[in-house]
Order: sequence, then C-alpha cells, then structure tokens
Amino acid sequence: MFLNRSFCVSATLWIAMAAAAQSPSDTVRNINEIVVVGNRYKEVIPAQQLSGEKLEKLSSFSVADAIRYFSGVQIKDYGGIGGLKTVDIRSMGTNQLGVFYDGIQLGNAQNGQIDLGKFSLDNIEEISLYNGQKSEIFQSAKDFGSAGTVYLRTRRPRFSGHKKSNFVSYFRAGSFDLVNPSVLWEQKISKNRSSSLNAEYIYSSGKYPFRYRKILPDKTVDWDTTAIRQNGDIHSLRLEGGLNGYLSNGYWQGKAYFYRSEKGIPGAIVNNVWKHAQRQWDQNFFMQFSAKNRVSLFEKYEWMFNVKYANDWMRYLNPDTTLMYIDNAFRQQEIYASMAHKYSVLQNWDINFSVDYQYNTLSSDLTDFVFPMRNTLLAAGATAFEWKKLKIQASVLGTFVFENVAKQNINQLADKTEYTPAVFLSYRPFKRRDLNFRAFYKRIFRMPTFNDLYYTDIGNINLRPEYTTQYNIGFQYNKNFKKSVVNQLNFRADAYCNEVTDKIIAVPKGEGQYRWMMMNLGYVEIRGIDISAQIEWKLPADILITSHLNYTFQKAQDFTDKSSEWYGGQIAYIPWHNGSAMANIAWQSWDMNYSFIYVGKRYHNSANIRENYELPWYTHDVTLGKTFRFRKGKTGTSTLKISTEINNLFNQYYDVVQNYPMPGRNYKIILKVEI
Amino acid sequence: MKRKFLLIVAFISLCWISCREEPEILPPEVIPVAPPDSTVTDSISQVKMLGFYLLNEGNMGSNKSTLDYFDLAAGEYRRNIFANANPSVPKELGDVGNDLAIYGSKLYAVINRSNKIEVMDKFTARRLGQINIPNGRSIQFDGGYAYVTSYAGPVEINPNYEQIGYVAKVDTATFEVIARCLVGYQPDGLEIVGNKIYVANSGGYRTPNYENTVSVIDIQSFTEIKRIEVAPNLQYVKADKQGNLWVSSRGNYYDEPSRLYWIDTQTDRYEGMLPVAVSGMTLDGDSLYLYGSEFNYNTFDYTFTFGIVDVTTKQIVTRNFIIDSTEREIALPYGIMVDPRNKDIYLTDAANYVYPGWLFCFDRYGRKKWPQIRTGDIPAHFALLYE
Repeated sequence: MFLNRSFCVSATLWIAMAAAAQSPSDTVRNINEIVVVGNRYKEVIPAQQLSGEKLEKLSSFSVADAIRYFSGVQIKDYGGIGGLKTVDIRSMGTNQLGVFYDGIQLGNAQNGQIDLGKFSLDNIEEISLYNGQKSEIFQSAKDFGSAGTVYLRTRRPRFSGHKKSNFVSYFRAGSFDLVNPSVLWEQKISKNRSSSLNAEYIYSSGKYPFRYRKILPDKTVDWDTTAIRQNGDIHSLRLEGGLNGYLSNGYWQGKAYFYRSEKGIPGAIVNNVWKHAQRQWDQNFFMQFSAKNRVSLFEKYEWMFNVKYANDWMRYLNPDTTLMYIDNAFRQQEIYASMAHKYSVLQNWDINFSVDYQYNTLSSDLTDFVFPMRNTLLAAGATAFEWKKLKIQASVLGTFVFENVAKQNINQLADKTEYTPAVFLSYRPFKRRDLNFRAFYKRIFRMPTFNDLYYTDIGNINLRPEYTTQYNIGFQYNKNFKKSVVNQLNFRADAYCNEVTDKIIAVPKGEGQYRWMMMNLGYVEIRGIDISAQIEWKLPADILITSHLNYTFQKAQDFTDKSSEWYGGQIAYIPWHNGSAMANIAWQSWDMNYSFIYVGKRYHNSANIRENYELPWYTHDVTLGKTFRFRKGKTGTSTLKISTEINNLFNQYYDVVQNYPMPGRNYKIILKVEI
Repeated sequence: MKRKFLLIVAFISLCWISCREEPEILPPEVIPVAPPDSTVTDSISQVKMLGFYLLNEGNMGSNKSTLDYFDLAAGEYRRNIFANANPSVPKELGDVGNDLAIYGSKLYAVINRSNKIEVMDKFTARRLGQINIPNGRSIQFDGGYAYVTSYAGPVEINPNYEQIGYVAKVDTATFEVIARCLVGYQPDGLEIVGNKIYVANSGGYRTPNYENTVSVIDIQSFTEIKRIEVAPNLQYVKADKQGNLWVSSRGNYYDEPSRLYWIDTQTDRYEGMLPVAVSGMTLDGDSLYLYGSEFNYNTFDYTFTFGIVDVTTKQIVTRNFIIDSTEREIALPYGIMVDPRNKDIYLTDAANYVYPGWLFCFDRYGRKKWPQIRTGDIPAHFALLYE
C-alpha cells in the first residue's frame, strides 16, 4: 500500500474516518492498533491487505471468501459453508502458497493443502497477501519459503480507557440453515499482559437450491433442472485461547487453537447422481508461542523466537456400498522451532539470520502405509539496505530435508539440499510524491508432499522439488487530498512473469484402467498483470465512501509436452480476466457495503476446446448494517450492530469447479454485541 | 474524479445489465476422414456394416462420457453425438462410460458412475430409457436378456460386510433387473458360452489382496456353479470358436505382471498362459488382437505391446503389429477394435486422461491408414453397427 511511516498515519486516518461517525473512544482505539502493528515501513513491497472494519463489512464468511478480493488470486471453491476452498496465487498452484496464522505457518505435510474455508473471519483482524515473500528481513526462515504468502492475524486485545475487559459476541444465521454463534472475552491481567478466549460454533445443513440448464443455439431450453444440494452439512467447533504481553522492547504471544468438525462431502453432480454419502471429520490442534525483543543494552540487536506443536487428525468415510467402502484416518504431527536475529550494522543497513527446524510425521490405518517422517532444517540469511531513494533487500534460504519411513523395505526420499534466493527493490524518485517503483525476483520450491511421495500406487519417491521463479515489476502511487471530494487515492500495478518447473502432476500409469502416478513433468509459464485502485471519498453530510477496484490478467500456459496438440494452452481454471469491486458507504451509524466479483471465461483443462469451456461468473453481494450505542458508566460504551447480507443478489447459478454447483441468492443476518 | 466515478458506476451497471451467456448443447463436430466405404461384411450374409460407435469414458466426476460415431458410408467421424440427439436429457450421457454394446435394435452404454445403462436406438442414438445398475462394468446378451457385471455390493447390515459383486439379469424389453447372481469381488468382463456365463473377478477394491478367479454361472438357474482359479486381478474374457476362453489379468502391479490365460470351456479348467501383457483385447476370427504395457520400475517407463495371438496355435504371432512406428505417437492405448471386413485395426489413445483422446486406424498390415482423429476424453469402447 504505502511505503513509509505515512502508511501508518494514513491507515490510521482511514480506519479512524470509517469510525468517524462513531464515538471518540473508537478513534483512540484505532490509533492504538497502529502502534501495535508498528514498523511496516520495513517492507520494500507492501502487502495487499484487508483489515479491521473493512474486513468486517465485507460480507465474507471465511478467510477464503475475503481473499477473493485480492488481485492475482484464484479460489477453488467446491461450494457451501463446509466446501473445500483453496487458494492459488498467481497461478503457481495451491501448494506453493504459505499460510501463516499469527506469525507461524500452518502446515499440511500430507497434501500441502490449506483449506481456507475452514478459517472463519470471526476473530481475524487482518489478512495480508504478499507476492514472493514479506519483504521484511526480520522474520523466520519459513517466511522466506513460499512463492506467495497469506498472513492471518487474529485480534489482539486492546482496552480503551480504563476498561479491563472486552466482550464481543456474534450471532450469525441465515440461508443453508446456518447457525453460527461466537463469543470472545478479552481480559487485561496487568499493565503488560492480557488474555483472550474465543469460541465459535457453526452448524449448517448445507442445503441450497441449485440449477443447471442448457439451451440450443436458438435459445430454446433443452433442459432445465433445479435440485437441492445434499450432504453439505457441517458442524464445527473452534476454541482459541491466547496470552499476550509486552517486553521492554517487544512483545510475546502464546496461543492454543482447537478445531473440530464433521461434514458431508457434497460431491460432483453428474447425470443420475444428485446426492453423495461421503463424510469427513477433522480435528486440528496447535499451540504456539512467539516472542520478539530488542535488547536494551545492545540497541542494534533484535531477536525473535517461535515454537509450535500441531496435531491434526482427519477421517474420511465412504459408507456407500455401491462404491468402494473406505474408512481411513490420518494423523499428522508437527514440531517447529525458529529463531531469528537481526543486527543493524548501520542506520540504513540491517542483516538478519534465522534458523528453523521442523519435524513432521504422518500415520494412518491405510493398508501398507509407510509412516513417513520428515526433518526440515531451514537457514536464511537476509540483508536490507537503504540508500537515498533506493531500498534493497536480498535473502538466501537454505533448505535441508531428511526423510525416513518406518516401514521396512520401502525406499524413502533421498536427502535434499536446496538454496533459493530472493531480491526486492524499491525506488522513490520524488521526495514530495508518494510514488514508488518496485521489482522483485524470487526462486523457491515446494517439497513433494507425503501423498506425492508415498501414497499407495500413486506416490513416487523419485520426485524432485517443484520450483517456481518469479519476476515482478510494478509501481504504487498514493496521494492524500486536503480539500476535495476525493480524500485519498491509492493506485498500484504490477506485471509479472512466473515459471513453474518440475511441476508435480499426476500422470497416467500406462497399465490400462485409470491408474496414476506423480511425476515432475509439468512446466507452466505465467504472465500477468495485477492492478488495483483504492479511492476514498468524503461527500457532504458526513458520507464516507471507500471504494476498491481490482483487476487481474493472467496468461498461464501449459508448456509441459511439446508434442501435444494442447501445448501452450491456458491451464485449468485460470481465467484470463478477473476482477472485483467494492464500495463501502458510511453515514452516521449506518453502513452499506457492496461487492462484486467477476471471473472470466476459463477452461477446466489446458486443452482449450469447447467441451472444456467454463462460463464466466459474477456475483454481487450487499450488506447493510446499523450500529446502536449504549453508554455504560463514565468510561465505555456498549454497541449492538445488526447487519443483513444478501449474497449473489442476482441469483446467478454458477460453478467454480466443474459439476460443483455454487449457491444462488442467499441471506444472512448478523448480530454483534460489544461490551 | 467525477468522471472516474461515473466510469466505475457505468462499469458496474454494465455488469448488472449484460445478460450472462448460457451453456449450450454442443452440436456434433463432423470430421471427414476416409473415402466412403459401403462394402458388405461377407459375400454370404450380405450384411452391410454402417459404422461404429465409440464410447468415451470421461474422467470420474467430470460427467463427460460422450458418444462418437464413425459413419463408414459417408467416411465421416461425428464427435459427441449423444447430447445433440437427446437435448432434453439433463446432464447428458453421464459420468464414466464403461462398456458399449448393440443387441437387437438397441445400443446399450454402461455408465459406471451414473449408476445406469443408457439404452438408445441403435441407428439414431436416441434415448429409449435406462436400466438402473449401480457401479456397472460390462454387458453381454443372451436370449432377450442382458447380463451386466457390477461392483456394487449387496446392501446389508453386517459388521463383517464384504463387497461381493454380482451379475444382474436384465429384461431387455422392460429394462428391469429381474435377478442378481453374486460372484467374486469386483467382477469385470463377462462372456456367454453355450449355457454358461464366465465372469472375470478382479478384486480391485481389495488391493493388494486381489481376486484370482473366473466365476462360472449356469444361465438357466442363474447361479454360480464353479470358480476357476487363474491369476490375480482378472479383467477381460473372450471366447473363441474352439471353445477356449481367453482371460486377461492386470497383474498385481507388483510382482505378478499382466498376462493372458486360457481356459477350456468344456472342462472349465485352467489350461495355460501366454507371456504377454494385456490391457485390452478383441477377437476377430482366430486372431486375438491386444495391447498391453509393462512398467519398468528402473526406468519409470513403459513398454507397450500391440500384439496378435493366434488362438488356434496359441502362439504370439507378433508383439507389435504396427510397422510404421506410429506407436510412438500413442501415449496410452486404451481401446481396440478390428473391422471384420477388411481387418483394419482401430486403436484409441487416452493421452493423459485429461486431454481429449485420439482414434488411430491401421490397415491389416499395420500401417496408419489416416491421420488420427480427436475423440472425447478417454476413448475406450467400441460397438459395430450393422444394417
């Protein structure tokens, strides 16, 4: 967004203004918020971000819904509240994306997929998306280790005035028989310490009408059929507890997370089959602790420390005896520790060194399961240098992987050592103008997952890491206006070129009858443009409008097989054009949000022929909210906010993934109580 | 600034107003391939072969099983004819076509994941009805009945439940399943010889404990009378004129390779094995045409076989009937058919399963006859259409 301290200021302004019509205490609170977030000026290329009220007003249910509003991002959405939602950043593949929850990466060594539909926005305060990596050198080695990164930051306790505790409770209900209560309790323990507890429950029957129809070229309807989506129900419970504190020149944070769900897998709608019976249970638990401090005696040195333990369990059941009966459970465990050290050599020159260690295991009751274990050691060296109008950051990541399988007579992945560089530049030509040109280069890989390597029949232990190389150039312009209808303007554009080499893809095993194997065969080249603009308007009568436009162009070509007829075809599910628009209007205690998403034509595989064509789709969502305030004693106020959402206003029936129908028009009502 | 705002508003309203395109039923694509050909099958019967249907399986969950037709008289290939012939059928032909056959005046397509057999008029491919069979695999006919193998286990409450497959007996007049005969685990190919049905049991859901038997069913009593032990993971069965039943196994993908076996249908005894890998086969006269592949775990590559077996001498005549190196253009052989009139060999290539496949044609000497034609996804099963 913005490049220096003015970011903090303008962000504060923005949030403050959004809350302008509200009480003064909110403004104060928001200024506090920025103090905590702090030193964003270290970033060479700032993130795309959604935070605070803007995020809340977005009528998004899960993190995946919100990420759709970033440019350069594709969501694979299988529909419904419980449906799998994965994110693909700049067409490099889901597995190339790293997702961080309060500073520490969420892992899935089994299949590399993070279901962002599972993360509710209930307690998420900020979502940031970085292409390449967060261009801030003071971070763990893992932060350097993905082709793109999403950071989810949960709400940190803040207490306005003399308040010692905060209670926030949401109740959401609506279409799909959704019932979704949540409570958050934040308590100030001492001057420097606070705790928070958060619980959320979700139930939804997942039932919604969907419609498929086809017409003849003369527009007469061939067939038109409406049905109810079945077996998309979900029950889930999330419990989260945290302790936060401040150190002399830093802070610490500890957190425990528990999630459990049972859901139906609604499956593909095909001829004669409108209902499926497969079920899935998930249980995720992790606890993590991080601390960051500058040593007071030795001002130039800062350290950061992260530890995590995660235990994830998943059970998949196919009870349909007309098909292959499957009842398998998988358990993954992860131990992670990281240490980063930053030293400021000169005022304009920092160096950082971080070392991470991670241990992953996977066990299962599958026949012939190999019980893999993986040790990963990561070491990163990074430096940041500022010289007049130029900022440079460079980093090198070394990754060392040692793998073992418990089962005898089974080969394991050979030890891997990989070194990957990244360079980030930004240049501000004019002192008076907030115009920044930037560029980055990054080479990174993803390791084959346990499934890629060891899954019975399909797995292949000879896999190599899948590499991506990214080149990006762009600029950002930011302007504030003092006496104008337009308050603030922010414009950014980037052009990029990515290569995915040794892409791990499933290739048919030539043994007849539908058998596959994982191979390092794919090669994809992506050229794209991301553009986004953000304008804030201040109209008479205290009407505040913030608007946001995003556009992405992508040409993502499959160059895997030169002899193939489809050489150079656009890869599966990547539209050439997609974009989003958002507008938020605030007036006194009312606010209204409108958002629009457009995904252009796509093909469901890189043979770009009419049989594989997928229609463009676009949805309009509208939210209307009103906040009621109640004074409480001398210090605080309590608020009650009622919002209603209408999503997919024009009731468009569409598929994001072939044969997985998405819901038509749907409604939600949200009550939020803050004490 | 105001202009910009107006532009944005205009853009948004445009998106509102503009009508969204709607999915259309695609008309078949007609590809001229060969000169018209209306030779009769043989001088005695004077039956004319009109052409053949090719069923494309489509990937699981894609609902992209499609039907193609090769019109010999016109020398044309018509791609994707079902949807256009049956525009009112929701979600078209269905998901994963597993077998195709013509019996009487009807064309039967076993659509595995759509849990049905689509019954069509054999000349027009117009839908006549459907037979509901979950997880159906292969189909054969005898005396007005269709016999279909199915992987679907009987539905019962039993803690030690095991998914035994069955053969369904279907009345071709009413499209009703009138009887079921339990056989082995995951039965695949079947063949009717005299008054017996031979069923190749695969045990494909029981990896690595595959089935290794052929079930013999007495057609009158419709009960299993015998199991013949052959090899793990059996797939196809074909009976020759000498009374031998040729059985292919997929192997266990580990230490037992894919092989070809034969059984004497007089004694119902296992007779012998030929050391050739078989993924698919078809019988014409005394020649069994087959293709197969053997995977080499050292090179991570396959060796394809395009073989002919003489069923009278039980000898492998050739391991590669293609003489012009066209096999290099075939990524994944997936279906085979021989034109009984001129012994042209038709081979399909499933490419990488995801891309559309190809149809190759070779003359009796093994030379590519015309450039390969693009088919639907995973082209696999043929049915010859006679006048």
